[in-house]
Amino acid sequence: MITRLSHTTIYVLNQDSAYDFYINKLGFKVVDDLPMGKDTRWLTVSPPEQPNLEITLFPITVGKMFPEETAKTIIDLVKNGKFGSGVFECTDIYATYEELKAKGVEFTKAPKEEFYGIEAQFKDDSGNWFSLQPKSNFESSKK
Amino acid sequence: MPAEQYQKVYLYRRIVQAKLYIDNNYSQSMDVSNISDEAYFSKFHFIRLFKKTYGKTPHQYLIFVRIDKAKNLLKAGNPVSDVCFSVGFESISSFSGLFKRTIGLTPSAYLGQHQQRQAAIAKTPLKFVPGCFIDNNGWAENSNFGEVSK
Repeated sequence: MITRLSHTTIYVLNQDSAYDFYINKLGFKVVDDLPMGKDTRWLTVSPPEQPNLEITLFPITVGKMFPEETAKTIIDLVKNGKFGSGVFECTDIYATYEELKAKGVEFTKAPKEEFYGIEAQFKDDSGNWFSLQPKSNFESSKK
Repeated sequence: MPAEQYQKVYLYRRIVQAKLYIDNNYSQSMDVSNISDEAYFSKFHFIRLFKKTYGKTPHQYLIFVRIDKAKNLLKAGNPVSDVCFSVGFESISSFSGLFKRTIGLTPSAYLGQHQQRQAAIAKTPLKFVPGCFIDNNGWAENSNFGEVSK
């Protein structure tokens, strides 16, 4: 029986820049930051109120997992915003939107009332996009 | 933008401005009046709006930020007394008491727990990484990997 998700991966173009984005802009917490050889780190972060979910900020580097052509393809897909990587829940969406915008986060959609609730969308520093929704959206959908 | 929406956006920007003021000045002595002045609100109106937005009063949020920053500084290996004053507390006993009530450990126990984990990571780093990532990336075979355990 599967009980929960412990790790998930977001592919990033540069781990230093991703660290700055997820920690200093989004306010996530570092769980592990370990060097793995010369050019790679095992870098995992968690949303502030979800410490047992580790999001791996994984670099797309040529190696055993990504041969050169594969790495190039994935880099292009990430850069071009082809990966929608998840939905982040927030307390107050308007306040969160204003704060993240003030910190330089690029929004592709300002908060808007949709049939499923209010939603905004933003991109990380690599090009991965995320939906941002208030907790109330999920509470009402579970009723 | 319609006037009503403009007012709402303006209000949110002022609340966010107050939150960012706390985020950036937590190490200084401040009270709610400092913070509400920063957002151009009356004290009581400000407390009500801040709590509605963030689920905490400005004072509760300030304490939350100070404890959070203290955790980071302790993890970086700073002594408890230095951490206490650099996050804006004026006495080690009030800092330690509040830290324990919030985190469940005294600052020195938290520091010790983190140092133990760091020592374990330095000794066997791959134990802290799921095996599938190690296999798929060939990290166990990586010739540079010895650098990690030094």
